[in-house]
Amino acid sequence: MTNQKAPGIHSYTDVVGSDVISQLQQLAEQLQGKKVVHVNSTRVGGGVAEILAKLVPLMQDLGIETSWEVITGEDEFYQCTKGFHNGLQGNVVNLPRRLLENFESTNVQNAEKLRPQLEDADIVIIHDPQPAPLIELCPKRRGKWVWRCHIDVSRPYRPIWQYLRNFVSQYDASIFSLANFAQPLPHPQYLIPPSIDPLSDKNVDLPKKEIKKVYSQFGLDPDSPMVVQVSRFDRFKDPVGVIQAFKLATKYHPSLQLVLAGGTATDDPEGAMVLEEVKAAAGDDKNIKILSLPGDAHRTINALQRASDIVIQKSVKEGFGLTVTEGLWKGKPVIGGNTGGIRLQVINHHTGFLVDSPEGAAMRIRYLLRRQERLEEIGAKAKEFVRENFLLTRHLREYLTLMLALTHGKAERIQLG
Amino acid sequence: MKNAQGVPNNKAQTGEECAPNNVFHVKDCALIAIATGRRAQNLREVRDILQTIDEGSIYYHFWGSRLQPRFDDPEYLNDFAAWAHRALRDGKAAERLGVIDPTAHSNLEELRQELIEAIETRLDEEEHVTWVKSDMQFNFLTSQIVVFDTHRIITDPSDLVQAVPAMSASSIFYHLIDARRRTLDGIDDFRSWLSGYGSPFGDRYQDLSEQIADIDPFFSSLSELRGELAAILSNYFKGVGK
Repeated sequence: MTNQKAPGIHSYTDVVGSDVISQLQQLAEQLQGKKVVHVNSTRVGGGVAEILAKLVPLMQDLGIETSWEVITGEDEFYQCTKGFHNGLQGNVVNLPRRLLENFESTNVQNAEKLRPQLEDADIVIIHDPQPAPLIELCPKRRGKWVWRCHIDVSRPYRPIWQYLRNFVSQYDASIFSLANFAQPLPHPQYLIPPSIDPLSDKNVDLPKKEIKKVYSQFGLDPDSPMVVQVSRFDRFKDPVGVIQAFKLATKYHPSLQLVLAGGTATDDPEGAMVLEEVKAAAGDDKNIKILSLPGDAHRTINALQRASDIVIQKSVKEGFGLTVTEGLWKGKPVIGGNTGGIRLQVINHHTGFLVDSPEGAAMRIRYLLRRQERLEEIGAKAKEFVRENFLLTRHLREYLTLMLALTHGKAERIQLG
Repeated sequence: MKNAQGVPNNKAQTGEECAPNNVFHVKDCALIAIATGRRAQNLREVRDILQTIDEGSIYYHFWGSRLQPRFDDPEYLNDFAAWAHRALRDGKAAERLGVIDPTAHSNLEELRQELIEAIETRLDEEEHVTWVKSDMQFNFLTSQIVVFDTHRIITDPSDLVQAVPAMSASSIFYHLIDARRRTLDGIDDFRSWLSGYGSPFGDRYQDLSEQIADIDPFFSSLSELRGELAAILSNYFKGVGK
């Protein structure tokens, strides 16, 4: 992992415009003097740590006293919270009492360390289930406490949700990524969709030379069209369906290339199994490249997306689908599965196409490759769509708005000086 | 009396005047969406929920969602119509809901009644109610909106040429769209300042006001609206001078 210093707020001016930066500064002005604490369970790895590593320095740069605390635990704690994660996503998970006791006692231990800081804060944002019990372990808290759920909880396994709801319902508010994820709770449920960082290795503009390098690196033909899906090897991402779509489309575009780029699957038995299925489906087709890339190959993935003509994300189940956002940001039309948050991002004929089958994906690939002007037009629109809606600066604005709303009561309209 | 935004239909009561003392105060706003937890899987459920849902939700689905991450749908002017088109695939319902003009109503209760009426008319026409899958339900949302002063003041209309392109998209929303539900005469803040009641400029800028009135705020994104307004101002002051 590269240990980069997080960019300051002004670094984003060229990407989003000075009006957006100025607005963030004005919102932040109203929060000067407030103490904000974020708490999660890991400093590195995973989407939550990635977003906090960006958001916290930006909030600090805007003059808000913001800190980021991480709770720690032993193996059993993480076994338990992994079970929560799976259960909240709808898998049947039965956690033994021993693991739940470890979960609670780990939170007690962490509360001993964090209590003074948390009880003194104006706003505490607790990310995901791992630190959720901290609220009842800080009885002298004076600020507003918010539970931020980054997980797709649209259809949770009920016993797991019932257990966690006991903690979550004590909060002043919660935040979900999509309206479909909201659950019956006795407090306001704010909606803040995720975002991408345009200055991160995964999304930053790359020199042409670096983009071209992936052709030789992976044996790709720069003169032939290319479709890319970036996803771990998981059945919900339907990589086999992507290969079926590719095979249907190659009848009309014989030189078409397909890149399926995913993470290494050594620690994930199911991932390894799916990878084998994908290899079997690809057979000996030399125009299909199946790439297992290391977790920090962000610039390589960035270059592959930029080198492609079309980005595909043919998921059959998806939370939000940040790889869709990344593809759109590279100015590529995205062919996306008609599910979850992909529907928020892929708008037929405007930013790409939603599909329900490999046949549908094949048809849209053929359409876009034959209609180069449409492909470029949709790609340009896709990029602007992300610029206005799904960049980190929008995410930050919504956090600031939420904090102002929390500190000014429940009125629908809050008039500041 | 409250207008269709649910705020008192009187500038003096809102504390949101943009042109006190004959200067234009540039304001801005930021909005955060809130799930109400109420969802509908067909038009009948939408109608039933509409009977009792908080006015703030109706405001959100007609106006507030313009400030949310979403595609500015060029075809349908409110979330109900867009859902009828995309999820329900009911063209007639989408068209009837899409044509509802929120500015034609003096308050949100009237708007609610027109929505219910349009849905009931459509329900009467069909023998069967069409259902959508559970992950495509209509989620009734509401919002909190934070309005703040940018401390930027415009004293001369020609200064708008420089000021408008520098405004944030949400500031454009506030002055060009939100104002229609906030001002007594239902017009945007720019026209209100240039030619409205108590204008310091008399009818000097009537022509400019008419050009601004021609902007249809519903079929363009906020950035596009900013561009349209900036172009009108630039052309006007290039030709007329101060």
